[in-house]
Amino acid sequence: MDECGLVTIELTLNGGCVRLEVDPGERLLDTLRDRLGLKGTKEGCGEGECGACTVLMDGVPVNSCLVPIVQARGKRIETIESVDRAQLSALLDSGATQCGACTPGVVMSAAWVMQHPELLHTHGLRELMAGNLCRCTGYDGIIGGLAAAIEAGLARKSEGEG
Amino acid sequence: MLSEAGGQATLLGGTTDLFVHWPERMLDADGVFIDLSGVGALRAHRWEDEALVLGGLTTFWDIIQDERADREMPVLVQAARTVGAVQIQTRGTWAGNIANASPAADGVAALMVRDAVVELTSCDGIETIRLDEFYLGYKQMRLRRDQIITSIRVPRQSCSVERFIKVGTRQAQAISKIGVAIAQSQAGWRIVANSVAPAVCRCRTVERALDDRVPLPHVDALVELLGSDVSPIDDIRSTAAYRRGVLARVLYHELAPLCEWVGPQRGAS
Repeated sequence: MDECGLVTIELTLNGGCVRLEVDPGERLLDTLRDRLGLKGTKEGCGEGECGACTVLMDGVPVNSCLVPIVQARGKRIETIESVDRAQLSALLDSGATQCGACTPGVVMSAAWVMQHPELLHTHGLRELMAGNLCRCTGYDGIIGGLAAAIEAGLARKSEGEG
Repeated sequence: MLSEAGGQATLLGGTTDLFVHWPERMLDADGVFIDLSGVGALRAHRWEDEALVLGGLTTFWDIIQDERADREMPVLVQAARTVGAVQIQTRGTWAGNIANASPAADGVAALMVRDAVVELTSCDGIETIRLDEFYLGYKQMRLRRDQIITSIRVPRQSCSVERFIKVGTRQAQAISKIGVAIAQSQAGWRIVANSVAPAVCRCRTVERALDDRVPLPHVDALVELLGSDVSPIDDIRSTAAYRRGVLARVLYHELAPLCEWVGPQRGAS
């Protein structure tokens, strides 16, 4: 920590290495939005309830409003900006986005579930997505779109294997 | 570092409670924060012959993902899955749930029902305390400011019954109006309730009645026994009367299929 109370932090952000001098108590959400200009991640409640600020940290979803930047040191962070647009087609087709405020967080949780279909051995989609609130209440569109995306992903995988 | 800070430091674990409404909350804290997340040795959990040993930074998700925990200690997994949602479970720690000392802590109820023991470490050495003797009152506990919860030992005694039931506005995210963990092993019955007393607590009167097979023909009998075990209050989430009644009913409905002495007595006219 230097005399201004700043610390130097390195992390991997959307595949690239980032080096920052930051206040160690800054929220990861604020670092992403205000310092790095990645405005895709949204702040909803600021208390870990709504999931609008969901990002992946070392491959698992976290609320970036609850992560002190100092704990992101050396971690792999993925934000909505890293998501391949093609992955979104099933969600778009099912009307999974309405006002859009929850969408970046929903997409990050959905992307994680799509990467880990084995989660469905123990969990239902609704439980896995329970940390993302949609105030338009468009849950059926979100769950339907995600289910379709997973099915398409599995179909592609079995075609690839076959 | 903790002792150098004169017992005035706040420890950072999963920060799922501390960072709520941050940075406004920073003003309530003592000014010195020590981040534990770099202490890799605190993260992993391990299975020993006699116990599952959780590290000081083991998360709820670590245990949800452990198939062995799901098989051997389903009550832990059930409770962990009611804490927040995945984004909280991947960050929130069992030790943080204990040290935060919320009366509503679902994870604490599940650990206590399995007779867990906390290991506290300071420069002076290691102290172990049973979790059911750890809390002294609302946010009062036998944890000195220079001590860290370095591990939690959960004995691997097999339970013929173990489950956790949460009653809340919603299964995910909502904090429990009441929660109750139930277990039976060679050690006897264990009933642990949360959100109904200044701290998560064992309901020892009910436990004794179950061990002694005292007939509990109706839910009112449980309401009466619980009167000496819990002391719920009215707050933003619920009322004392609702909590008392629902806790008794949940217990009654869980226990009746398991204990022939709970429920309408056979042969009674």
